[in-house]
Amino acid sequence: MTVTSVDKDVDHLTLTLIADFTAPVERVWRLWADPRLLERWWGPPTYPATFEEHDLTPGGEVRYFMTGPEGEKHGGWWRVTSVAPPTSLEFTDGFSGQDGKPDPGMPATSVRMTLTRHDGGTRMELRSVFDSREQMDRLTEMGMVEGLTASVGQMDDVLAG
Amino acid sequence: MVVDGVAAGSGGADETVDRLFHALADTTRRDILRRCVRDELSVSRLAATYPMSFAAVQKHVTVLERAGLVTKQRRGREQLVRTDPDAVGRARQALDGLESAWRARVDRMSGLLADDDAEAGPDGNTRKGPDG
Repeated sequence: MTVTSVDKDVDHLTLTLIADFTAPVERVWRLWADPRLLERWWGPPTYPATFEEHDLTPGGEVRYFMTGPEGEKHGGWWRVTSVAPPTSLEFTDGFSGQDGKPDPGMPATSVRMTLTRHDGGTRMELRSVFDSREQMDRLTEMGMVEGLTASVGQMDDVLAG
Repeated sequence: MVVDGVAAGSGGADETVDRLFHALADTTRRDILRRCVRDELSVSRLAATYPMSFAAVQKHVTVLERAGLVTKQRRGREQLVRTDPDAVGRARQALDGLESAWRARVDRMSGLLADDDAEAGPDGNTRKGPDG
């Protein structure tokens, strides 16, 4: 298993995940730093991501969209708060509206990612914090209602097919 | 994410998922869920919202309740409906969702790292950095 540990702190709305890779730090960093590599893992295979802007400097912006099975596009953004290649990256990760601009009404999470040499490979520690409980509730609401609604839609397609 | 969680459970999982999907495969029921996420609403208040009888709305609520999507609480003469009353439960769900998203990403990262093609960019613009 690549994922070594997962800690979920409900009181602080924080997920901490540790993953170990056999590859060296530089190569793992490149998965984040090269947008063409990043888009090969950021979105699930059914919702591949396309990064249109990718500025990993403090205050820099990253813009991307994920394309769904029906061709529908879901926009997202990062705002980079801190970066120290090839070992750490901090950013806020949120959703965009139809106009491609950050949607303040949508939930955002703050992500801190660090890479350290470990056992001849690389340890990636990832901490993701919901900006507020209200936003987290909104995400759950969306995940639960919209996500399941989407699944129901898919199921309908299968049954109709 | 929720479907996965339910499906992963053992014994009667199929039936649980069926109930869940059935409960969600209706516009009115999905609307009830949305309305009752933040506020507890009485069945009669919900009934006033839809062009249908109190009994019909009550039936919808019962379907949602059986699927575990809402809870019903009696307060006085009112029956209050709430979508998942437990904030901790919601937090856990949100964190579970985040966890599965990141686990899947880490898997894809591993796959890419194992793939020699990942060494070079698609435009042949191989970046050679200092040794990590």
